[in-house]
Amino acid sequence: MISSLVFVALLAAGITGFTLQVRRLRRGLALARPAGRHDRQSERWSTMTRVALGQGKMGPRPLAAAMHLIVYVGFVLINIEVLEIILDGILGTHRLFRAPLGGLYDGLMNFFEVLGFLVIVACVVFLVRRLRLGPKRLNHPDLTGWPQKDAVNILVIEIVLMSALLLMNAAEYQQLATGSQLAPWLISGLMLPLFGGWSASALSAFATSMWWLHFVGILAFLNYLPRSKHFHIILAFPNVWYSKLTPRGQIPAMESVTTEIKSMLDPSFVPDPNAVPPARFGAKDVHDLHFANLLNAYSCTECGRCTSECPANQTGKKLSPRRIMMATRDRVEEVLTGGQGADTRSLLDDWISREELWACTTCNACVEACPLNIDPMDIILQMRQYLVMEESAAPSTVNVAMGNIENNAAPWAYPQADRGNWIQQ
Amino acid sequence: MAELAARGETAEVLFWVGCAGSFDERAKKVTKAVAKLLNQAGVSFAVLGAEESCTGDPARRAGNEFLFQMQALQNIEILNGYSVQKIVAACPHCFNTLKNEYPQLGGTYEVFHHSQFIEQLLRDGRLRVEGGSFKGKRIVFHDPCYLGRANGEYEAPRNLLAQLDAEIHEMKRSKKNGLCCGAGGAQIFKEPEAGNAEIHHVRAEEALATGADIIAVGCPFCKLMLTDGVTHHGKEGQVQVLDIAEAIATANDL
Repeated sequence: MISSLVFVALLAAGITGFTLQVRRLRRGLALARPAGRHDRQSERWSTMTRVALGQGKMGPRPLAAAMHLIVYVGFVLINIEVLEIILDGILGTHRLFRAPLGGLYDGLMNFFEVLGFLVIVACVVFLVRRLRLGPKRLNHPDLTGWPQKDAVNILVIEIVLMSALLLMNAAEYQQLATGSQLAPWLISGLMLPLFGGWSASALSAFATSMWWLHFVGILAFLNYLPRSKHFHIILAFPNVWYSKLTPRGQIPAMESVTTEIKSMLDPSFVPDPNAVPPARFGAKDVHDLHFANLLNAYSCTECGRCTSECPANQTGKKLSPRRIMMATRDRVEEVLTGGQGADTRSLLDDWISREELWACTTCNACVEACPLNIDPMDIILQMRQYLVMEESAAPSTVNVAMGNIENNAAPWAYPQADRGNWIQQ
Repeated sequence: MAELAARGETAEVLFWVGCAGSFDERAKKVTKAVAKLLNQAGVSFAVLGAEESCTGDPARRAGNEFLFQMQALQNIEILNGYSVQKIVAACPHCFNTLKNEYPQLGGTYEVFHHSQFIEQLLRDGRLRVEGGSFKGKRIVFHDPCYLGRANGEYEAPRNLLAQLDAEIHEMKRSKKNGLCCGAGGAQIFKEPEAGNAEIHHVRAEEALATGADIIAVGCPFCKLMLTDGVTHHGKEGQVQVLDIAEAIATANDL
């Protein structure tokens, strides 16, 4: 009875905490202007199914893809067991589904145990790879400090959660079923020697504590997620739903500029009287970006595939597309936290330098590389628009090229009249 | 185009030459190769000549939406004025802008990259490729970002090169994973930011590592960058950087 009350109280606290964090996240996303991406809905659902649910862009790195798939499938399927844990916890029952499911229950548990074991193996491999083998993208200055710790925390929590399940099963079998007709489950059965010589009460206490550890661990993880890069496990889905579906080479046209130019070129042009002029051209801060940009930033799990494909980053430039996403997210957090920095600082200069913005070749390699269709280039281009259209702060050589386009219709200083000269040459 | 219009004639396609193709010596060779191939195939084509103007691509990618739209709206007025339906561009940046960005501003045309257009001419039997002169050569193709990743066209240039009777090789990073030459996003008009290498040197090195005799490209800016890259590695006498159109025109003795 008491344990049921404690259970319900913990569950309620966990869910409340998570809800509050999600609300905070929504406030963060609401800082952005609308993305205008509610069109082409069937295409959006199918993209989400293919890219997020189906892991469609993980292919280029098959080993990482296979291990990621194990952890992903493990996470989704093993969590079915949480349903039983919750019902057991509330009702004070033990393995509520065992009797009604009969043999199927053993089948399911065997399946979960094997999957759980594979998850542990994958997480250990991920840890060793990250901390010891270190592919450059995982051992990169972008991740110094908290981001690297965050990654390690996530892997350790997953290992602990899965281990708790397996240890609980093993201790319980040792206590109740040794010498009985019941066959042990596949993985916990192998762990029985760990408990040789334990008393029945010790086994029972251990199994109970593992049960609680698993349950509290899940709640803690749930509340850790929204503060972590690992929230991608949820945000991946809406993020991919809001993917850019227009051609990859297309930068959206600014309507206010079109209106301005049409009024200049055509005296008979009547601008829409209801059109609201933009507060600012391009993006100086997160408020100027659109919803999908900020959703991208929170969905980024900092894998660094973008940065490892970026030609600027590969040649030692400061630009790292992953850092563009991390900086955007951290700036939203700064705004949400309030305080002095929220008003006095901005995404430009305080989080992302001009040097980084001007190093982009707009080659789309980062966009191609991202398994979640995150688009760092979009943010870079909007920030360049701010620099050029609000501050006239392009590099001088770029200003020369733009001056040439204005004066002689080519970025180079050749007269337009000579455009056809090649015909005679 | 103006002359044709004055005579009341129309052309099958407008050949969009672009700034590099009009003014840069290395890119002009590509322009001429495309024109010769179109002539050989009996395609009636027109150029805008002195009426052609920058599509606005570098301005837009540098963040100058105003200048981009000035260019685009003026170009669209000219193109629509001549009732242009079909455009072939010998530059993936012009191609991308005309194809993907002009429709939003009222300019909708059927736009081809020259590799796509020439491939279509082969398919229709209007053009044939005599492969002989490239026999035994090793050719590697460098994907332009604005043809490949931005527009998903990886096969047309390769299908053309396959006609040359040469050995076609791939770089370790190609197609979707191809490394940029370093020119895009207005980079070619500015100094690179501080780093430890030049992008075009790295890409040229990857191309040279295949042992290619010819690095084939489909973009005038890639051509400039990789030519410089090959020179940087001291291979200018041995390895040529050629646009696909130049290669096909050479094969056809044009």
